[in-house]
Amino acid sequence: MNTPSNAMTESSIQSQGMARAARAMYWSIRRELWENRSIYFGPLAAAAVFLFGFVINMVAMRRRIGGSLLDPAQQHDLLATRYELSAALIMGTALIVGVFYSLDALYGERRDRGILFWKSLPVSDLTAVLSKLTIPLVILPLLSFAISLATQFIMLLLSSVILLGSGVNIAALWTEVSFFHVSLVLLYHLLTVHGLWYAPLYGWLLMVSASAPRAPFIWAFLPPFVICGVEKVAFNTSHFLALLQERLVGPGDAMAPHSAPKDFTATLIPEHFFSTPGLWTGLAVAAVFLFAAVRLRRYQGPI
Amino acid sequence: MACIEASGLRKAFGTTIALDGINLRVEEGRILGIIGPNGAGKTTALNAILGLTPYQGELRVLGRDPWAERDLLMRDVCFIADVAVLPRWMQVSQALDYVAGVHPRFDRAKAEGFLAKTTIKHTSKVRQLSKGMVAQLHLALVMAIDTRLLVLDEPTLGLDILFRKQFYDSLLNDYFDRSRTIVVTTHQVEELQHILTDLMFIDRGRIVLSCSMEEFESRYMEVTVNPDQVAAARALKPMYERQVFGRSLLLFDRGTNQNIDRPQLATIGEVRTPSIADLFVAVMGNQSGMAQGAAQ
Repeated sequence: MNTPSNAMTESSIQSQGMARAARAMYWSIRRELWENRSIYFGPLAAAAVFLFGFVINMVAMRRRIGGSLLDPAQQHDLLATRYELSAALIMGTALIVGVFYSLDALYGERRDRGILFWKSLPVSDLTAVLSKLTIPLVILPLLSFAISLATQFIMLLLSSVILLGSGVNIAALWTEVSFFHVSLVLLYHLLTVHGLWYAPLYGWLLMVSASAPRAPFIWAFLPPFVICGVEKVAFNTSHFLALLQERLVGPGDAMAPHSAPKDFTATLIPEHFFSTPGLWTGLAVAAVFLFAAVRLRRYQGPI
Repeated sequence: MACIEASGLRKAFGTTIALDGINLRVEEGRILGIIGPNGAGKTTALNAILGLTPYQGELRVLGRDPWAERDLLMRDVCFIADVAVLPRWMQVSQALDYVAGVHPRFDRAKAEGFLAKTTIKHTSKVRQLSKGMVAQLHLALVMAIDTRLLVLDEPTLGLDILFRKQFYDSLLNDYFDRSRTIVVTTHQVEELQHILTDLMFIDRGRIVLSCSMEEFESRYMEVTVNPDQVAAARALKPMYERQVFGRSLLLFDRGTNQNIDRPQLATIGEVRTPSIADLFVAVMGNQSGMAQGAAQ
């Protein structure tokens, strides 16, 4: 294979460049996971704690039932809420991990002077910032989905074993929980709300992380607080607060997976979610924050 | 093609001028030492070359604009900013994995080979290594990258003399060949003297001296003069004079004083090539003297 390199077409050079960019991205994300082990240990710990509580609860439940039959509605309600709770706990933990991760992502590398090492390698600032954004927007939702799924499966197994012979219909347990539908809704919720709807929030945190001279936590949370206060005093309105609330709570009825528990597939209405103007303005704002974060990283050195 | 080419390179931080119109040309295959007092603008100059800071004026490194194309430039350029920048949480094996992952010119086997000569374990974290070992690790990573320009900013600061010697030895033996270029700044000038091919003094953002080491050796002469010869020696207009153990050491510059030569100086005392450190003190001493003279 000693053909001269001029045989190389433009498209193959381009695809080589793409492959190189993808490689840099892949290793940058792995690097983040090496440095921040709370990304997976956080949700895992939440799951472990939840399972521990669940076992205690199941054992107590078995004692209480003591052979008498549980009425089906009560049984369904008890089991379903627990499964929702496990997912909520893991998701909440992932959210907290994501917030603290984003605040430290571009600040920590400046503080420990490591930025000089990262910048000595052929990885662009855009790749670096995007890899850091991928953690809260993609990696954490997918991880918390996988962990929730595993947790719920373990919960089912545990409750089957513990309640075996107690009079509870184990077979019904497995059908009642409707594993597949619930997990589909969960995945959808994670990817849309955590991945897309929250994008501007994480963009803001990353931008603050790239610019704060110290204490990024204060720089991230004080300005919104001050804006709310000033708006209230000056105009006696609270539009900004409402905006923040809407962003935090989610796009409301457009896709809330809990609103129609009877038929889950009916709540999976992407056309509804993707036509919410808030989603697109949010993504535009996220892009602005991201662009600023990339620019800032380019200018910033160690502190 | 010149490796680094700068003209009118300027950089100011507020009212402080860090680089005051520097013109610079570094050819391939040279080892340039940039020497200057603290705050002279050395690190700023290197940061501009590495695309870490914006600047005014013209600057090309390997034909690229470093500020606009840092990530592309870093395929051909490597730098060790100082000994403490390797992330402390990182494992040695992770550092190898990561650099192998993102750097197309990294030769992992080579890096492993360098590491095998040290006592660094693959499972160690950077925070568990001594300062000298971190420098060894960083050097092993950098030397395994097939780059055209290596920039070192105080690479041996805080290392003991054994590590310092080893650092420069392996750099010369295992890395440097005539097609590569090295730019280094340091305060430990003595250790560099026999390594450099070019020398540059920089002060207050300006280049005050720039010459090749051959020029340096033919141009500057230091004469140890006995007390009875001092008056005759001073008549030859030395650029600098200092006293050591009751004898006078006079430094002569043939560049400004062409009617002196080695045999002539040998008649008044013992002639030798000065150390870079001695010349540095002389040049900087004269600089501040001139500055004071101008102020009066």
